[in-house]
Amino acid sequence: MTAPASQAPSRPQLDTVENAAAHPDEAQPFGELGLKPDEYQRIKDILGRRPTAAELAMYSVMWSEHCSYKSSKVHLRTFGERVTDEMKEHLLVGIGENAGVVDIGDGWAVTFKVESHNHPSFVEPYQGAATGVGGIVRDIISMGARPVAIMDQLRFGDVNHPDTARVVHGVVSGVGGYGNSLGLPNIGGELVFDASYQGNPLVNALCVGVLRHEDIHLANASGIGNKVVLFGARTGGDGIGGASILASETFEDGVPAKRPSVQVGDPFMEKVLIECCLELYAAKVVEGIQDLGAAGISCATSELASNGDGGMHVDLDDVLLRDPTLNAGEILMSESQERMMAVVRPDKLEEFLAITSRWDVETAVIGEVNDSGRLTIDHHGQRIVDVDPRTVAHEGPVYHRPYARPAWQDALNASGTVAAGLARPTSGGELRETALTLLASPNLASKAWVTNQYDRFVQGNTALAQPDDGGVIRVDETTGLGVALATDANGRYGKLDPRTGAALALAEAYRNVATAGATPLAVTDCLNFGSPEDPDSMWQLVEAIEGLADACKELGVPVTGGNVSLYNGTGEPGQVDSSIHPTPVVGVLGVLDDVRTAVPSGWREAGLSVLILGVTRDELDGSAWADVVHRHLGGLPPRVDLAAEKALASVLVGARKAGTVTAAHDLSEGGLAQALLESSLRFGTGVSVSLEGLTARDGVDPFVALFSESTARVLVAVAPESEAALVAAAEGAGVPVLRLGVTGGSAVVVEGVFEVPLDEAREAFEGTLPRIFG
Amino acid sequence: MTALTGARIGVITFPGTLDDRDAARAVRLAGAEAVALWHADADLQGVDAVVLPGGFSYGDYLRAGAISRFAPAMSAVVDAANGGMPVLGICNGFQILTEAHLLPGSMVKNDHLHFVCREQSLVVENASTAWTNQFEAGQRITIPLKNQDGQFVADEHVLDELEGEGRVVFRYDGWNPNGSRRDIAGISNARGNVVGLMPHPEHAVEAGFGPAGAEGPRAGTDGLTFFTSVLASLVSA
Repeated sequence: MTAPASQAPSRPQLDTVENAAAHPDEAQPFGELGLKPDEYQRIKDILGRRPTAAELAMYSVMWSEHCSYKSSKVHLRTFGERVTDEMKEHLLVGIGENAGVVDIGDGWAVTFKVESHNHPSFVEPYQGAATGVGGIVRDIISMGARPVAIMDQLRFGDVNHPDTARVVHGVVSGVGGYGNSLGLPNIGGELVFDASYQGNPLVNALCVGVLRHEDIHLANASGIGNKVVLFGARTGGDGIGGASILASETFEDGVPAKRPSVQVGDPFMEKVLIECCLELYAAKVVEGIQDLGAAGISCATSELASNGDGGMHVDLDDVLLRDPTLNAGEILMSESQERMMAVVRPDKLEEFLAITSRWDVETAVIGEVNDSGRLTIDHHGQRIVDVDPRTVAHEGPVYHRPYARPAWQDALNASGTVAAGLARPTSGGELRETALTLLASPNLASKAWVTNQYDRFVQGNTALAQPDDGGVIRVDETTGLGVALATDANGRYGKLDPRTGAALALAEAYRNVATAGATPLAVTDCLNFGSPEDPDSMWQLVEAIEGLADACKELGVPVTGGNVSLYNGTGEPGQVDSSIHPTPVVGVLGVLDDVRTAVPSGWREAGLSVLILGVTRDELDGSAWADVVHRHLGGLPPRVDLAAEKALASVLVGARKAGTVTAAHDLSEGGLAQALLESSLRFGTGVSVSLEGLTARDGVDPFVALFSESTARVLVAVAPESEAALVAAAEGAGVPVLRLGVTGGSAVVVEGVFEVPLDEAREAFEGTLPRIFG
Repeated sequence: MTALTGARIGVITFPGTLDDRDAARAVRLAGAEAVALWHADADLQGVDAVVLPGGFSYGDYLRAGAISRFAPAMSAVVDAANGGMPVLGICNGFQILTEAHLLPGSMVKNDHLHFVCREQSLVVENASTAWTNQFEAGQRITIPLKNQDGQFVADEHVLDELEGEGRVVFRYDGWNPNGSRRDIAGISNARGNVVGLMPHPEHAVEAGFGPAGAEGPRAGTDGLTFFTSVLASLVSA
């Protein structure tokens, strides 16, 4: 294990504040801790002396990209700037806290956020993924909410690469092993394989929690004399430097200092911590609370102090340790999991301790809030930290990184599927073969091999889960009030045009929530990009933020919080393949007055009319067809039409409320063919459709009709007696609507083109992932 | 559900229990009062029956259920069960019952080594226990299954004895999801008041939130019959 701070004088001789002032020229390992020379100089300027070893540890983790958002901060402000008062209508807590909180009515509120744990999940897939789930769940607990569901957004390298299975098995069992043990239903997510994620898998996790309005808790340390209490797991030597080093530089060839230990999760501890915290909240013995994640105690103390009255004193000797040999810097940087820090009034302390003891949760009072304006930390009776907490938590460096449209972007955009002359299938046999090939391809095949390893039933409130378009969770058992969640991101679209790609991610998640019948309310995002020091990647990030912020404004849904993950690239800067595909994962939360009316993505009954809402254009660049059949990526992504998405959503939500829609499935990767197959396979009932009306109306051929990925389209199944009402509603909203056919039988029949028996389709759809990953 | 009001059914929470709130909901939907019991408290508060819900008590870091069996509440449950009180152990609760020797055998890791979550079809083999008397023998039911350590194992002579005495209460129908001996999903004690099974009846009690049923997706409520059965057995007792 690396222990940079132990390069300070040997243990009994602490590097105290006094010592730092007395020995100003002592060399310090700031570079190894991820700090640049100018950043180190800035710390010296702030303190008026060199930092102590412990202070250096704190600044280095808190000023890392991961904790300070130093490269993205100036651009992330865009989200706040483009939020209108109208968009804030349902927002109880916005960006900047552990997670945003949204009002869903009847006194209920929901908090949700998506976060990344990418780099650790490549180094140690099981623990990286497990602690990724653990971290986002603690964010939700910190807001005062009971966590009620999780989702995972996973991206891996090529399925055929020899290293992919290692990462897939570890990550899936890590997400499952941790989430299942917490009693949180996993209600959906994403699973994508693409060579661009080789060596840089993306493991994002979303958690949603429920609370009453009056139960909102925030991370601040107010009230002079209040106690600072650390509870949960003991502090150990795991994850030291993880936040700083893993998130600061790409992996360099074999330098051990760049391979710090990944944190180790204990889901049992976290489950106990959830229940314990909820009991503490109910007893009203918590003034402020913060979970310990990246940068551990450094982060929790400096953030709590600077968000509150500004002063705090901590005695490190009172921190309960798993390993008594840890030095001060290590204790401050440790990212041991399952820990929380609370601010407690002295007169409530006894009751607080009684509750943690009832749950067998170890608890230590480690400090006190004061009005000094300083964060002071003692160790072995000596002062080792004396800083203004704001300079640690909020006033880190902010960079205006250079960015520019990549040199290769124009060539990429010019080589669309038509320009590249990709052969398109025309005969019925070729179209059938294409549909089955796409259905069996790893990114479009059934994800059941993954989702069957996750508990989706626990808590008894899951109304819809994967493979439905959105996950739907009941919040109020009396009324049936609940929420729908969907997340999306298409990295291939992002590569072709990051601005449009981000807007498309939002459009798809928004559409999926509406497809389930929910009114979209709010957004969370996890921006996964390459190195901010590479102007190409930086341009992608800036473009994506602009695109997402504009799209949020147009759809009227605010970003409430999220996360940025940079340095997801291992290639030579400046090349077309130097980084992952830009992957802005966008999660949308919607509300339903009664989740029992949520609309599933497939049909069960025969005799339902099948209609398509929206317009189909010749949009195959970046499509699943181009990828699976031709291994091609070039051109421009499908057009984004947010006005059309808004109108479509209003029709879908209205139809759910009116009870006029039985099933609905959005059209995205793989187009209409994929949607027809998936909706039929959902409950084993076939469909018979004709493309003639569609090809005539939209001026497209059967291939385009079946495989185009034009947006703002949804397939719906309605009872014959409801068809007129749905058609009228669509026409009233200006949404093009066309009847394609009728459900029934045991095959997907496209009249005059092809017929696929469901048994054959099921084998193609469900066989792929088990065959590859067993 | 007549004459069933007034029945009080305890649901024990151990550290790491996950399905206690679901079990309490199932009890309420069946028409009884759910009483929250705490592992560290030996007082069963005079309940008429007890449910040991699913979860990962103590993280399953030792053998599943091996620590929970020593809880003060379990001493009381063992005494009450020996006195004839109905006890249902679901998943981790089943594991605790075997560790407490109220039921024979044990559960080891699934043969395929993965956690498995699915809508599981079961055959009700014994419809005369305290928890199954409202089913028909041979009836096929569907309730969720979700576990990592669900493979039921026991010595051959124990398995023969269970079969011979009609104490195999549920068998997996179709695919055996974890490699359990003789497809056994649940068993009872000789008296029929203590039943343990790996699948989760408490997740199939409410239309809209369970497995698929005859009425449509998520409409299955076969699990509710476990709880109406115990109420019937309490009335007839």
